[in-house]
Amino acid sequence: MTGLPDRLVEFVTALREHGVPVGPSETVDAAAALRVVGLADRDQLRESLAATLLRRSGERAVFDGVFELYFPAAVGVRQTALDPPPGDDLDAWRDLLVAALAEGRDERLRALAASGVDMLGRFGSGAGGGPMAGWSAYQTLDRLRPESLLARVLAAMRDRAGTEDPLAEEVDRGEAARRVARFRDLVQQEARRRTAELRGRERVSRYGVAPSTDLVGFTTAGRAQLAEMRRTIQPLARKLATRLAARRRRARRGQIDLRRTMRRSLATSGVPVRPAFRRRRQGRPDLVLLCDMSGSVAGFAQFTLLLVQALRDQFSRVRVFAFVGVTDEITHLVEAGEDDPEGLASRIFREATLTWWGTNSDYGNALATFAERWLDAVGPRTSVLILGDGRTNGGDPNLRALRRIADRARHVYWLNPEAEPLWHTGDSAARAYAEVVTMYECRNIRQLSQVITRLLPA
Amino acid sequence: MQTPLFASVEEVGDRLATAGYLASTAVATTVFLADQLGKPLLVEGPAGVGKTELARALARATGAELIRLQCYEGIDESRALYEWNHAKQLLRITAGRDEGWEQARAHVFSEEFLLARPLLTAIRNTEPTVLLVDETDKADVEMEGLLLEVLGDFQVTVPELGTITAARRPFVLLTSNATRELSEALKRRCLFLHLDFPPAELEREIVRLHVPGLDDTLAESVVRLVGALRGMELRKAPSIAETVDWARTLLALGADTLDESVVEATLGVVLKYQADHRKATAELKLATVLDRTPG
Repeated sequence: MTGLPDRLVEFVTALREHGVPVGPSETVDAAAALRVVGLADRDQLRESLAATLLRRSGERAVFDGVFELYFPAAVGVRQTALDPPPGDDLDAWRDLLVAALAEGRDERLRALAASGVDMLGRFGSGAGGGPMAGWSAYQTLDRLRPESLLARVLAAMRDRAGTEDPLAEEVDRGEAARRVARFRDLVQQEARRRTAELRGRERVSRYGVAPSTDLVGFTTAGRAQLAEMRRTIQPLARKLATRLAARRRRARRGQIDLRRTMRRSLATSGVPVRPAFRRRRQGRPDLVLLCDMSGSVAGFAQFTLLLVQALRDQFSRVRVFAFVGVTDEITHLVEAGEDDPEGLASRIFREATLTWWGTNSDYGNALATFAERWLDAVGPRTSVLILGDGRTNGGDPNLRALRRIADRARHVYWLNPEAEPLWHTGDSAARAYAEVVTMYECRNIRQLSQVITRLLPA
Repeated sequence: MQTPLFASVEEVGDRLATAGYLASTAVATTVFLADQLGKPLLVEGPAGVGKTELARALARATGAELIRLQCYEGIDESRALYEWNHAKQLLRITAGRDEGWEQARAHVFSEEFLLARPLLTAIRNTEPTVLLVDETDKADVEMEGLLLEVLGDFQVTVPELGTITAARRPFVLLTSNATRELSEALKRRCLFLHLDFPPAELEREIVRLHVPGLDDTLAESVVRLVGALRGMELRKAPSIAETVDWARTLLALGADTLDESVVEATLGVVLKYQADHRKATAELKLATVLDRTPG
């Protein structure tokens, strides 16, 4: 058992590895807070550390994950675990789970998760033995299958309420789904904690704790993570818009326009009472987006689409094109899709012609169709953003078409959701494209928002 | 170091509760720490989760005076810190026509002509004070520099009068809606508290506290329905204040259950955007439910 200061420093180091910037002064504050609050109450301990170490709201999930590992609630099997556990009978387990989910009390779910991981999640040669042993959240959840219990949970909730109310049922449905998600979280937390006892905290925290939403890679994000990302769009757009507006305001202060000042001063017998400033042209840019909607990068393209849509006040005009094999305009679909961001992708595929055959992206053909049919959408005031990984699936990259677009536009930027070291690997033509237009790596929300602020002219 | 206001985290919770604010462990712990460590407390979170209310309740709970500095775009030193009362100074100079420069200066730059703004008022107050800097994110970056200076040492230098040091450190609470990131320097000097929508049990308690006449089961349905609404991807999730408003509306209407027609009629109290309204109606299947009801 290491001393408290060491533990605190290890904890802070783990947070930093997850992209939470914690400085030494915060660590000192945290230590001071620990002295004041003490270790008796774990909730208070957690909140004290959060108050002193965190500076941003989005970091809380990471913090909680790491906290569970470094300041675990228990060692070994929890005291609060079920007594006695139902053994290997999976049906008994499911009955218990249905009851707990219908009731919705957190302690009960936590106890079930603890025993579940202990009994059902163990793999390898049990506790303490073998390099391959441990506790698996995946195995636990795979055997319990909480999602398949939703109908039963709903029925149990209805029984508890004792009424048949269609409105209550809709509310119940959402609540049950949230509780199942909560249970999954608890199981994962518990499995991480148990595994950490075996393998060491540093290792588990590095691989086991999910990174904060703005650091999740677009191409590797799961469904839940994409939904989580969508929730950040509105706040992010608001933040970017404020920043851009502030920049625009500052840029309005111009230099003295000597000619107009002189002219004005004639009215006051040559004394320049009212100086005239050189007016800067307020350039709200036109924006044209060209998005690869093929499977591999669709998540990235959709996110960026929605973000740009949320930022549309910042542009005089936004036009959006999508492609897989051929290009089609989808501006109207994106505008109409504001109320229903989840359904956007399916609507695009239903209503626009993106491919003649196959679902592989064909950059050569897509650029060619855009250059043929919509080149007039690009003018000298237009910024073109191309979203995609530049993987041509072996086809002709068609640099000529890209050059034609670049020649007409004010800027062409390419946002690539792949890591830069991968750009020239396999069938990627990203390097070749990067020679024609500027290409930015946009792997996660943080990079994307940096790039967008940098690109948008004030 | 002055004596702290609270002796334990539990005491914070209890005293805030008597002042009409039900605090979660997070809130109580952070308030306790801010008091013990003498640091400003930065509260961030969506609109309507009770950030400003926390400051009010703190003032009530500790019997302190609440001094509020409302930030807005373009707020500056003369609005936040202090200002000389120019008009009054001019009058004084005209009145004392015969006196020399030295005399006039000594008179004109004295306490009498100083207009103290919230920051200076809070620092000079000898009574217990809660200083609320509201919506800090609305102010410009220059303002943050000023706040840093004042909140760092709790002293202000007025060139003509000298340095004024806080007689008694105020309890400082800054709020932010996170429309922009506050500067790192400011954040580092503060304790950080992210306030989010409360868990269902706590919100039920809040509704019960503010709308005591409401039936328990109805309060529960209101809270659950609001929870469901927050679970949807809306443009503006309903705030705590809106939950309480809704409960009040239902009480005023004399509704005894929260059925479809009541929800349909009063949803405007919690949802303020047409698009949100449409979406909620669709997701809760209100329209289909209404079609089915006879009449």
